[in-house]
Amino acid sequence: MSKLMLGNQAVARGLYEAGVDVVSSYPGTPSTEITEVVSKYDEIHSEWAPNEKVAAEVAIGASIGGARSFCAMKHVGLNVAADPLFTASYTGVNGGFVIAVADDPGMHSSQNEQDSRHYAIASKVAMVEPSDSGECKEFTKMAYDLSEKFDTPVILRLSTRVSHSQSIVEECDRIPHDIGTYEKNAQKYVMMPAYAKPKHIMVEERTQKLREYAEVCPFNKIVWGSTDIGVITSGISYQYAREALGDRASYLKLGLINPMPEKLIKDFASKVKKLYVIEELDDVIETHCRKLGLDPVGKDFFKWIGEYSQSYIREKIFGEKDEYVSYSENVPVRPPVMCAGCPHRGVFYVLKKLGVMVSGDIGCYTLGAVAPLAAIDTTVCMGASVSGLHGFNLARKGEYEGKAVAVIGDSTFIHSGITGLINIAYNATNSTVIVLDNSITGMTGHQNNPANGFNIKGEPATAVDLEALAHAVGIERVRVVDPNDLAETEKVIREELEAKAPSLIITRRPCALLKSVKHNPPVKVDADKCRSCKACMKIGCPAISMSTKKAKIDDTLCVGCGLCEQMCRFDAIH
Amino acid sequence: MTRSIMIVGVGGQGTLLASRIIGNVLLSQGYDVKMSEVHGMSQRGGSVVTYVKYGDEVFSPVIEKGQADLIIAFEALEAARYVEYLKKGGRIVMNTQEIEPMPVITGAAEYPANIVENIRACGCDVVAIDALSLAKEAGTARAVNVVLMGVVSKSTDFGEDVWIKALEECVPPKVIDVNKKAFALGRSIE
Repeated sequence: MSKLMLGNQAVARGLYEAGVDVVSSYPGTPSTEITEVVSKYDEIHSEWAPNEKVAAEVAIGASIGGARSFCAMKHVGLNVAADPLFTASYTGVNGGFVIAVADDPGMHSSQNEQDSRHYAIASKVAMVEPSDSGECKEFTKMAYDLSEKFDTPVILRLSTRVSHSQSIVEECDRIPHDIGTYEKNAQKYVMMPAYAKPKHIMVEERTQKLREYAEVCPFNKIVWGSTDIGVITSGISYQYAREALGDRASYLKLGLINPMPEKLIKDFASKVKKLYVIEELDDVIETHCRKLGLDPVGKDFFKWIGEYSQSYIREKIFGEKDEYVSYSENVPVRPPVMCAGCPHRGVFYVLKKLGVMVSGDIGCYTLGAVAPLAAIDTTVCMGASVSGLHGFNLARKGEYEGKAVAVIGDSTFIHSGITGLINIAYNATNSTVIVLDNSITGMTGHQNNPANGFNIKGEPATAVDLEALAHAVGIERVRVVDPNDLAETEKVIREELEAKAPSLIITRRPCALLKSVKHNPPVKVDADKCRSCKACMKIGCPAISMSTKKAKIDDTLCVGCGLCEQMCRFDAIH
Repeated sequence: MTRSIMIVGVGGQGTLLASRIIGNVLLSQGYDVKMSEVHGMSQRGGSVVTYVKYGDEVFSPVIEKGQADLIIAFEALEAARYVEYLKKGGRIVMNTQEIEPMPVITGAAEYPANIVENIRACGCDVVAIDALSLAKEAGTARAVNVVLMGVVSKSTDFGEDVWIKALEECVPPKVIDVNKKAFALGRSIE
């Protein structure tokens, strides 16, 4: 049966059809839906891991145990999982092991624009790259055959436009995988120097075999059109190039992108007049071509930054542009904002009021960096708020004691904030860490996590006791406060900033978008009492506006959180 | 030949459901279909856009300036923001509802006046309707998306039964009645 599927859904379908047994992932846009969809297949054991390193290690363990295993992550997640990846390359697999990594060219929802293809080269594992949903399913299935045939982890490289585009997929049946027997094999799975040295030799031999396979791999294909222009490309860039150039060019589309073929590329290059390499982000294919002695048009001509598109490629190569109507009026931007009723809002309002330095982290609350709250000073990576605050306090030698905090969500704290908190306790800075506990992994679209008491299927699960955890690592001052109570939140934060010991403040209230959260009725403005002082506007709630010279509340957005009532000094909001 | 439809709006307005309905209609008619959407950060009350492309064989899933045959705008400011994506002489079906973006709320910018007139002055074929009122009339403000599908359905070659079937495939059974009502109200617009 043919269906429209997201690339991510199609990967999940591929996992199902390939007989995959174990899936462990940490959510990350644009990879999250793969594991969400997998969780609906009862034949596959799926789980949310605390972070990508744990997810990859679970999958490695499952592979050694004979299962076909999988983990998915966004590009920056592979930085976290890089450690197990590089050594899993040496151990190889028992059951097939595939890692999906979704890059985000254009940074739709990411903190950097790194190109994950470098990881396949550096860790010397096979990498395949689909360009639409149909290929997502087929390449996923092929990746398991490759993994088991060549005894290697395989990386499935995705990108935002492949993961989050829908196209047609034909569904097939699941072929169950036999996990066989487990046999102890220290030479293969114990990577200490005596055993790792021969494994490195195996890795180099494997790469050579994969190179030979790349010449005949059915996923490296040529589409002939005019031979005036030859394009070597892969992934979504192939789709842009096909649309831009049509039959005015010929295409060598690489599906296996590490290692890449040599003879196939040279033969293709010899049959076209002008050779282009079209690839988003870095010059990976181009560099390979140059090693082969070719001189394609590449990154000297095409951009290194952001997404490509059909218009971009057509204009660069043929100088052709589409005409469009021009709209000259000014259109204000519409940046993303914290939702009405968001429990993070009160915390950031208080932090802005106190004028403290805020070491930030990754999640919905990163929006605390934008106007009107504009409270956050730094955002680097998962967990960096906590460890970074410690470093900042060391640098300022006590100057910022009582004037700096870290903010981190519950899921991010579990991911890699806890290690930073251990460091604060152990290496003793007077740092104040705030866990914004909204009982969910929010930004990626509501995934359960080890702190909220539910597993991936929504069943009750063991929950981390954050208060006890903080005590256990040596933080004596632990406070819990409702962030929708502005006065109490301010009091607690002030007290912990003044305290002469490190502290953990947990601001606890579930995400307002959770279905389990009961909302109050929308509040209303008494126009007679409203003095147009705009105090209620300081919290940056999208439901409040001043279009009528008086405050006005949009009753389709308001969830009655009561923050604006607390802001109003004239008793005008109820 | 590939035809291109853009659905634009504000995060939370239900643009993804609308694209799913259109996708199912096109799939049932035997077209090759590609759709592209963006999840994550931009969904949090930000400007959101979904592309739908169909034809014999579709390659790129994205639509760029001057390439859309039809834009369905869920909000007036978003109609203005994306009108340059329309082909010359293309059609824009827009909800006249106004949702203030944060720069307007904070007073850093003003919500532009006369958007419908300005878009019409660009030479576009504009169908402007108050979809929010019709959705409320149907029973829920959340059905703005389905009202707009009703409006759009009239100017396509696909029969009403095809659209209703796609609606049934995409909407949970417990809210199908209110959505069918919303669709019918949209479709009744002349």
